[in-house]
Amino acid sequence: MSILGTRVVRTEDPRLLTVGGTYVDDLRVPELAQAARVTFVRSPLAHALITGIDVSAAKKASGVVAVLTAADIDDLPPPPPPPEEGAEPPPPGSEAAPLPLGGHWAEPLLAVDRVRFVGEPVAMVLTDETYQGEDAAELVSVDYEPLPAVVDFDSGLTSQSLLFPPAGSNVPLTIGAADDDSAFDACDAVVEQIIVNQRLAPVPMEGRATAAVWADGKLTVWVSTQNAQISRFILMGAFGLDMSAIRVVAPDVGGAFGAKIGADRDAILVAWAARHTGRAVRWAETRSENLVGMTHGRAQRQHIKIGGMRDGRILAYRNVVVQDTGAYPRMSGFLPFLTGLMASGPYDIPTVQTAYQVVVTNTTPISAYRGAGRPEATAAIERAVDLFAAEIGMDPGQVRRINLVPPDKFPYSSGGGAVYDTGEYVAALDKVLAGAGYDELRAEQARRRERGDTVQLGIGLASYVEITAADAAGGETARVVVHDDGSATVYTGSSAHGQGHHTAWAMLLQDELGIPMDDITVIHGDTDLIPFGTGTYASRSLQLGGTAVRNAAIDVKEQARGVAAAMLEASEADLELDTARGAWQVRGDPASSRTWAEVAAHAGPQGLAADANFTEGQPSFPFGTHLAVVEVDTETGKVRLIRHVTVDDAGPVVSPLLAEGQRHGGIAQGAAQALLEEVVYDADGNPVTGTLVDYAIITAAELPSFELLASETPTKANPLGVKGIGEAGTIGATPAVQNAVIDAVSHLGVRHIDMPATPARVWAAINEASATGEGQ
Amino acid sequence: MIPAPFTYKRAWSVDEAVDLVARDGEDTKFLAGGHSLLPLMKLRLAVPQTLVDIGRLGELSYIRDEGDYVAVGAATTHGELAGSSLLASEVPLLAHAAGQIGDPQVRHCGTIGGSLAHSDPAADLPAVVLTLDATLVARGPSGTREIAAADFFRGLFESALEPGELLTEIRVGKPASSGWAFQKFTKRAIDWAIVGVVVQGGRVSLVNMGQTPVRAAAVEAALAGGASPRDAAAHAAEGTSASDDLNASRAYREHLARVLVRRALEDAHAAG
Amino acid sequence: MRVTVTVNGSQVDAEVPDRTLLVHFLREQAGLTATNVGCDTSSCGACTVLLEGRSVKSCTLLAAQADGREVVTVEGLGDGELHPVQRAFRAEHGLQCGFCTPGMVMAAVSLLDENPAPTEEEVRTALEGNLCRCTGYHNIVRAVLAAAGERQTR
Repeated sequence: MSILGTRVVRTEDPRLLTVGGTYVDDLRVPELAQAARVTFVRSPLAHALITGIDVSAAKKASGVVAVLTAADIDDLPPPPPPPEEGAEPPPPGSEAAPLPLGGHWAEPLLAVDRVRFVGEPVAMVLTDETYQGEDAAELVSVDYEPLPAVVDFDSGLTSQSLLFPPAGSNVPLTIGAADDDSAFDACDAVVEQIIVNQRLAPVPMEGRATAAVWADGKLTVWVSTQNAQISRFILMGAFGLDMSAIRVVAPDVGGAFGAKIGADRDAILVAWAARHTGRAVRWAETRSENLVGMTHGRAQRQHIKIGGMRDGRILAYRNVVVQDTGAYPRMSGFLPFLTGLMASGPYDIPTVQTAYQVVVTNTTPISAYRGAGRPEATAAIERAVDLFAAEIGMDPGQVRRINLVPPDKFPYSSGGGAVYDTGEYVAALDKVLAGAGYDELRAEQARRRERGDTVQLGIGLASYVEITAADAAGGETARVVVHDDGSATVYTGSSAHGQGHHTAWAMLLQDELGIPMDDITVIHGDTDLIPFGTGTYASRSLQLGGTAVRNAAIDVKEQARGVAAAMLEASEADLELDTARGAWQVRGDPASSRTWAEVAAHAGPQGLAADANFTEGQPSFPFGTHLAVVEVDTETGKVRLIRHVTVDDAGPVVSPLLAEGQRHGGIAQGAAQALLEEVVYDADGNPVTGTLVDYAIITAAELPSFELLASETPTKANPLGVKGIGEAGTIGATPAVQNAVIDAVSHLGVRHIDMPATPARVWAAINEASATGEGQ
Repeated sequence: MIPAPFTYKRAWSVDEAVDLVARDGEDTKFLAGGHSLLPLMKLRLAVPQTLVDIGRLGELSYIRDEGDYVAVGAATTHGELAGSSLLASEVPLLAHAAGQIGDPQVRHCGTIGGSLAHSDPAADLPAVVLTLDATLVARGPSGTREIAAADFFRGLFESALEPGELLTEIRVGKPASSGWAFQKFTKRAIDWAIVGVVVQGGRVSLVNMGQTPVRAAAVEAALAGGASPRDAAAHAAEGTSASDDLNASRAYREHLARVLVRRALEDAHAAG
Repeated sequence: MRVTVTVNGSQVDAEVPDRTLLVHFLREQAGLTATNVGCDTSSCGACTVLLEGRSVKSCTLLAAQADGREVVTVEGLGDGELHPVQRAFRAEHGLQCGFCTPGMVMAAVSLLDENPAPTEEEVRTALEGNLCRCTGYHNIVRAVLAAAGERQTR
């Protein structure tokens, strides 16, 4: 019986539970024994010219090794020059690459003559001890000449206060127009809405951290990253070095959620400071730093328009997005591009129009955050579907059922431009409705409305499809080695930061080779050991990295077959591997069996080893439906999430434990966006939610236990048939919870509430609706 | 993240504590549980030169039945208040409110004296002792004095304690009326109250509706005049000065006060 | 000042700045890095340890406040074997990245000490001061209830 699909506890856990993980700040390696500690001096202003920096007092403080500013960075290759007037614009489509826009919008390492967001690094203080760092940093004196801050979507679009004056605008990208109304004119019912998908802070429990040392011409960097190899690539560019001169190690990483892709400017600065001072250097940010210094997510304003017929068919959908990218366009138009790609969700809509603009504002730069562009797409269309359902007076579940892509239309070319591989969207919806007891929930809602209860019930739906391994062509690597003691090592290009790859890859290897999991070591995240790989984001690792492990294992198996055949003087065709016992034998002759240890020992100097690099050629599209049940206290606006039921179908489940864990975590973050979290800036660009007192991370007390239903629809994109589960939960949960809150008070005339649906927002919506006399 | 440098001293008696602070001057603070003070120091919003640790003063940690009142030592933790069977039977409001403060870790450390001395209008215990008309006993260089709760909370983070004075005991009269209620409205369970309401008999106080905890005098007057909970609660916002902040506007707070006072009065009425 | 703390049964004695936070004393002077710092406003609970048997946020205590007292960190749970709470966290997949886990486990140990048979709601409320970004708490709650159940049957 295969181990795949069974509940296997994690191999990672004993260490994590007893001595704890080794995160960057826990490293006690000899190379870092005398490491100086970095404390950054960060801008307290959102937008200002730097007119002077005086480090003299700081330099004299106790324990100070160095105080560094941009003026000290004279030993790096210069950044590429900005484009000249009239230079060729970048080719269309390149703006959709997840790469910094550069050019006029280039981001410095330490701020040079201008700061563009509160938290931008301006200077670095190096001290012998951590505690001394904050004291010395307070003594760095920076003179600022404040400039008007650009803080919201509208001022991003129209303000004359330019973040990058040579660029001539705060709008680096305008893609598409989406203004053809003819398809909408043909509809019975058309609804428009402006929706804000609010700015979020990823808040992994471990913030950013980096340590670096230069020795014998080689740079070693330990960094809390999702991608050791990509980090190395970035450092190669920053320092003008060859691959062989840099080693990057990702130790244990305490969560990332897309905000630790590669290495950012702060990490590069740590490595630079190590070279500049000739001393090992280490840094771990505080939470306050993290809330302004780590990239934020989401921050889109969406103008949606949906049109269809009274029989429930949706004929046209438009989503025009303004993407606030913060002070620097680190991801160009990638996020709103993905929003456009997935705009129409799981629905078969004949006319789909998308367009987007990217604006810079004096706020923390935006980058990927669990879902990266797709939660935004799903939240928009799921609100649109509910608005349309309300407009035509049809049950929102029924509207979904009518419009979901039916199973016989796959592969399906969506109006957003994606090709969905496989799906059973209606089955997923029906499963959730049945599992939740939808009819009884509606009946309970009706009873409470009839009685005019203070606490009303809301039921919210979200059907979604999402794109995983969007960079499928990038592939993933694996190397499998079977040692002559019968144990095996897997070197994976993937880079788990909580996902449990070590357990899953060991399961795959045990399944393929019959070597017990206890005898399998999985290694990731060290470029000296794994020179080529991509790392973990985009929910790609199982389909790409897992398949690479499987493929390498099959390759090893075939090598072993040859070796065993020679040992047993039989033909390869007569050899079989008994995976239950982990033994090779001539078919029908158990006495001939040879262990993996024996075969590996016999394999000669090259041993039993294989490399695999698997590229999928196409992304895959997990899908599902979420149903959220909330109670809303209509007198106070307070919302309580009481049930959350889901189908999240990412194909065959290799590890039920790990898949459920990903779904749970995704649901919690999704619900948190709907109900609690928001990064808020005041009119001057000062963060209002600068600590975890004010930035409301969801706790166990605000969540119920979740009800996960099973559904496995394989893809043909990879031999395992699997899609990615990591971000699906977040994508489905947010709109389900948002829709539930609005549903709870729709009978009072409320038709939309922007997230987060805090008590104040909900109460204001109820108030406004009753003031305008809508509802019963 | 790291407090500015300071000198740490430890007191083993109340007299020693008072003495150490008197000697070391103005920039000295008492450290009890530290769960109001240390967070401020870590953000460098408070930068005392000296801390006098009174966390070892067992003599200030007690809950005693003194006949017509319960005497609570100032160093008693919120957790101890919440778990006290004496309070559960004599002043259940205090036990219940203490049990709603922060999380278990905070309640293991934070003390009633520390919380009251900190005088945060968004904290729960100031409004509770105000409602209960407690007497706060302070000892300082010039001796011991008693301060009525109504006189204790002077302003935002400003109590009636003189420099060098230490709270030693809180005397809570056993309530005549057994009807009590406590409404704490938050976004998340862990948060400070956006608005809170404390009721004991006909006395009503509000949390986070001003720079100090406030007695809802208009509500109390209406109740005394025979008004129903609903009618009395309509006066909840009168005489308050609630702020606008991230979580609530003044108008929303005033609305919440009316709703929560009504609910609290109904709860108390049902219980009492 | 000189601070002496008994950590996981062993005395740790060091000369440290007065302002040293207990969490840093544990990580540096005691050399026990499992306990993590996750925030700077006493919000996240990643630093939770037991002080004289009760859960506390070690980032919100001075090492001096633990002088002469006993602290237990996750490294000191169980003697050679996994503590029932650790066992339950593994069995129920109550951890992913592991960063919040030491604090979460210690908070759970303290909870079960004070309330050996909690309801789900009581578990969730008791863990309100321990943030986790990975698990959504579902399996953490299951783990604590499972550990409680195991204690009951022992």
